Formats: sequence, C-alpha cells, structure tokens
Amino acid sequence: MLTCSRVTRTFGAVEALRDVSLAVAEGERVALLGHNGAGKSTLMKTILGLIPATSGEIRVAGAAPGDRAAREATAYLPENAAFHPALTGREQIALYLRLRGEPASKAGALLERVGLEQAADRRIGTYSKGMRQRVGLAQALIGRPRLMVLDEPTSGLDPVSRREFYAILADLARDGTAILLSSHALTEVEARTDRIAILSKGRLVANDTLANLRREAGLPIQIQVAARPDTVGDVARRLDGTRVNGVRVDLTCAHGEKLSRLGQIARLGGMIEDVEVIPPSLEDLYTHFSRRADQ
Amino acid sequence: MTRVMAGAGSEIRIAMRNRWVAIAVAMMALFALVLSAAGSAPTGQIGADKLSVTVASLTSLAVYLVPLLALLISFDAVAGEIERGTLPLILTYPVSRGEILAGKFLAHLAVLGIALLTGYGVAALAAFAFDPGAAAGMHALVRLLLSSLLLGAAFLGAGYAVSAVSRRPGAAAGAAIGLWLVFVVLYDLGLLAAVIADGGGPFTTRVFPWLLLANPADAFRLYNLAASEAAGAAAGVAGAAQTIPPALALSSLLVWAAGGFALALLAFRRVRP
Ligand SMILES: Nc1ncnc2c1ncn2[C@@H]1O[C@H](COP(=O)(O)OP(=O)(O)O)[C@@H](O)[C@H]1O
Ligand SMILES: [Mg+2]
Repeated sequence: MLTCSRVTRTFGAVEALRDVSLAVAEGERVALLGHNGAGKSTLMKTILGLIPATSGEIRVAGAAPGDRAAREATAYLPENAAFHPALTGREQIALYLRLRGEPASKAGALLERVGLEQAADRRIGTYSKGMRQRVGLAQALIGRPRLMVLDEPTSGLDPVSRREFYAILADLARDGTAILLSSHALTEVEARTDRIAILSKGRLVANDTLANLRREAGLPIQIQVAARPDTVGDVARRLDGTRVNGVRVDLTCAHGEKLSRLGQIARLGGMIEDVEVIPPSLEDLYTHFSRRADQ
Repeated sequence: MTRVMAGAGSEIRIAMRNRWVAIAVAMMALFALVLSAAGSAPTGQIGADKLSVTVASLTSLAVYLVPLLALLISFDAVAGEIERGTLPLILTYPVSRGEILAGKFLAHLAVLGIALLTGYGVAALAAFAFDPGAAAGMHALVRLLLSSLLLGAAFLGAGYAVSAVSRRPGAAAGAAIGLWLVFVVLYDLGLLAAVIADGGGPFTTRVFPWLLLANPADAFRLYNLAASEAAGAAAGVAGAAQTIPPALALSSLLVWAAGGFALALLAFRRVRP
C-alpha cells in the first residue's frame, strides 16, 4: 500500500531524512519511533505529498504522493491536529465528509465512535487538547481509508482513550487498512503494532517485528527470583545472582541461555516463591539501535 | 462543485460566527443612512430623480467601502489557516487548491452581497420615501449593486493573494491596508498631481483615461458615473468619464475580478504547508 525507497529530504544544511526505505502492507500496523527531530513528521509529510522529497521514490496505493488517487486512499492525522475554533465538532466533520464525497449525516456516528457525541454541537474552541485529537481521529476514519498516516495520534489522550484508540486501529487493520503511526511513547505501541521502525537523525536504524528486533539486538534478559528471607542468601549463591533486597535475587542472561537458567531455577524447588522473566524493554532496544547507528 | 459548496457553506458559518456579516451589514447600512440623511435636501435644480442622486453618492461611498470590506474579509483566508495549523490537513484531502479558494470566494462574495443589499436597500427606501418618482433610478441602483460585487470580487482576490504571500495574519492585515491605500487613495492622488502638472497636455487626454481604467476602483467609479444621469452633477472625474465608454470600464472590472482570483490561486499554489 505504501512503499518508500531511499527517500532523502534536506532543509538547507539539515538532513531531515536520509535514504529511508520503508513499506507498509495492507492490514499492517507499523510504529515509527524516534526522538524529537528524528524526521518522523517529515517522512509523513513527504508520504502525503505535502512536502516533496529531495530524492528517492514514494508510491501510495500505486500513485505518486499528493496525486488525487493517493489522496483519496489516504487519511492523515497531523501532529497537534487543529481545527477552526468557530465551528462545532459536527460541522467540522460534516465539512470533511463532504470534501470526501460522503453525506454530512455520517458525522454523528463518527463522533460517537471517538466518544465525542456529548460535545458534538459545541464549538471546537471550547474543546480540550484530547477532544481535538479525537476530532482529528474522527476525520481520519472517514470513508474506509486504505492507508492511514497518524502523527503522534495518542498525545493528549488519557490511558482509557488510548486503549479505545488502539482498539479502533485493530479493527481497521483487520479490514485491510495499512497504518503508519508515529509515537515516542514506546510502551504503548509494544503490543499494539505489527512492526517497529526506528528513525534516528533521519536514518532508519531498525525495521522489524519486536521479537526479531529483540533477537537481533541480543540484549540480556533479566530474571527476577523471589525467595524467602531464610533462603535468599543460599539462592543468590547457587544461581550466582545479585541479591537486591531481603527476598529478591536478580540475574541477567543472554537470549540463548534463558531456558537453561530457568531450569537451574526450577531445580531449587521449595527454596523460591516465584520467578519473573523480563525481556529487554522497547526503551532498551530503542537506545541500542539508536546508539549502534551513531557508531 | 459539491466540494466547493461544502467549503463555502462552512466559510459562511465562520463569517457569521466571527461577526463579519454583522459588521459588514452594519457598516453599509449606517453609511447608507448617513448619506440619505445628508442628501435629503430638495434636488429640483439638478432635474434628476432622487434615487439617481442617491446612487451617485453611494458610488463615491462604495469606492472606499467595498474594497475595504472585501480586504477585511479576505486577508485572513490563507494566513489564518497557516497560523492555526489547519492547512496541512485540508491539503491532504482530495480537493484542489482552486476548489478550496473558490469555496472561500463564494462565501465571502455572499457576505459582501448581503451587506451591499442591506446598505443600498436602506438608501433606496429612503429615496422612495422622499421622491415617488425615484423608480426612474432603479436601473442605476441595480448597475451599482452588480458593479459593486465585481469590485468586491477583485479585492477579495487581491486579499487572498496578499494573505498567501504574507503567510502571517498580522503581516497580511498590514499588506491589505497598504493595498487599500494604494488603490483607493494614493493612486488617485498621484493621477491628480500628474494631471495638474500636465496642464491639459497629452498626458491628460491620452494616458490619463487608460490609467483610470487600469485601477478597479476608478473603473468602478467611471462605469457608474458614465452611466448615470447625475454624473455631471456629482463627478470629479466627469471629464474622463465622458471619453471612456461604460462598457470598457465594465470590462476592466470583469478582468480585475477574474484576474484577482487568478492571482490569488497563483499565490496559494506556491504556499508550502
Ligand atoms: N520546514 C522545515 N524547515 C526546516 N527544517 C525543518 C522543517 N521541518 C522539519 N525540519 C527539521 O527536520 C528535522 C526533522 O523534523 P521532524 O520531522 O519534525 O521530526 P520529528 O517529527 O521526528 O520530531 C528537524 O531537525 C527539524 O528541525
Ligand atoms: Mg513530529
């Protein structure tokens, strides 16, 4: 649905994107991660045809970015979505519906889907940031888009709204929509996207499933063993781990040693109460890949 | 077309909420009332009907007011969208920049139309109240209304162009005021100075009429005064008005109305969100 090949974009001396190649297939949800200024918004704007790429090629639903066919297939949620403060939520969505050739009467259902039915007839000028973000999401849902480009869609949303938001995305992906979303809240995209792409200073430094990224990074796995006050010293000695407090022992091991380590722990039997395996977090992976690219 | 109408509908709503409609209507009505009151002295000595005289004074009012209103309504059109950050999203919709601009244009022209109808309507009612024979001036009033809309259209386009080039509402407002000063005030002052210096020479007879035609505000004045029976009584540019056929002045207005929009589109197309 979307392919970017070796996309480069410079602003004067700043290289906002360098040789970025990225594809999003139908029904796939890709999270674009990166620190502020990494080039996430710039990549999205070039995909949408809002700014031209300096070099490289982009195809959206078989068309060039910004072409009518591409625009008809694509929905966009800008970073900090803004709307005219004098219009009500319903009027604003009605306008967007009509611009996509859909009847304005669908506005009510869309606003309900994003939880704005109570405020639908109030002016957007009175909305909170989270509510404006939902108006942005509502307009992005118009007319079954084949590609959704969402720039930091959950900023300003509370945790419950975030969960609802990802539930909507899951529905769309099931129906075949390709979704590219950017975020810097790493934990929330962990279980809710199919693939992770990491941008660092304009370069794509990682692009794979979370499991594969974990394997590739080879970061140590952390194992937390809960013992009892009377056994904790013994457990720490036998497992060659670090005693953290009166009951807990921590170990780290490489991905390949995980099972044998767990076997050792299991053999301790009644000496331990519980065991917890903590894979490297997305933060760790993110730091790893960003740092590796710097070298 | 449905997309243009969708944009126009929402722009009219915004204009009403922002009180632009109320301000424009109140301004036109107020000035028309003042003019009617000032001109309510008997007009027997001119021999024209009351409405024709009213139209002549409305013309000299509209030359200032219509461009001002049009620029006030239009200067924010593109710069405001850039400032609010609403432009990038709308540009990702399957709607062309021409359609976006046309929607704003139709809405703003409608706002101007409502204000003009109110103002001229008030003045016409006053004329009929004083002079039962005012019906003779009806065609002059209709001409004034239509040419005012054309003049407004020209300055709406100019306002959008300024708005797109300035990119910031503050800068756009300043540029719009500058535009108004140049076209409506300074241009005429410059011409006047040149005519005086020329002392009835070739500039006054050959170049001057064309320079009047080149400015939409002057073309508007020429068209309405040349066509009006009261021209001889009210006009300062009457001399020139007689040498230029009204059709030419009307053509100038039409060209400006279309050219203003084309200019606006050109400037808007160059805006990078
Ligand atoms: N219009 C622009 N003009 C100049 N520099 C820009 C422009 N847009 C973005 N940049 C620069 O490009 C880089 C990437 O920015 P951006 O894509 O907004 O990052 P992100 O969205 O990942 O935070 C930054 O260094 C930013 O300053
Ligand atoms: Mg950004």
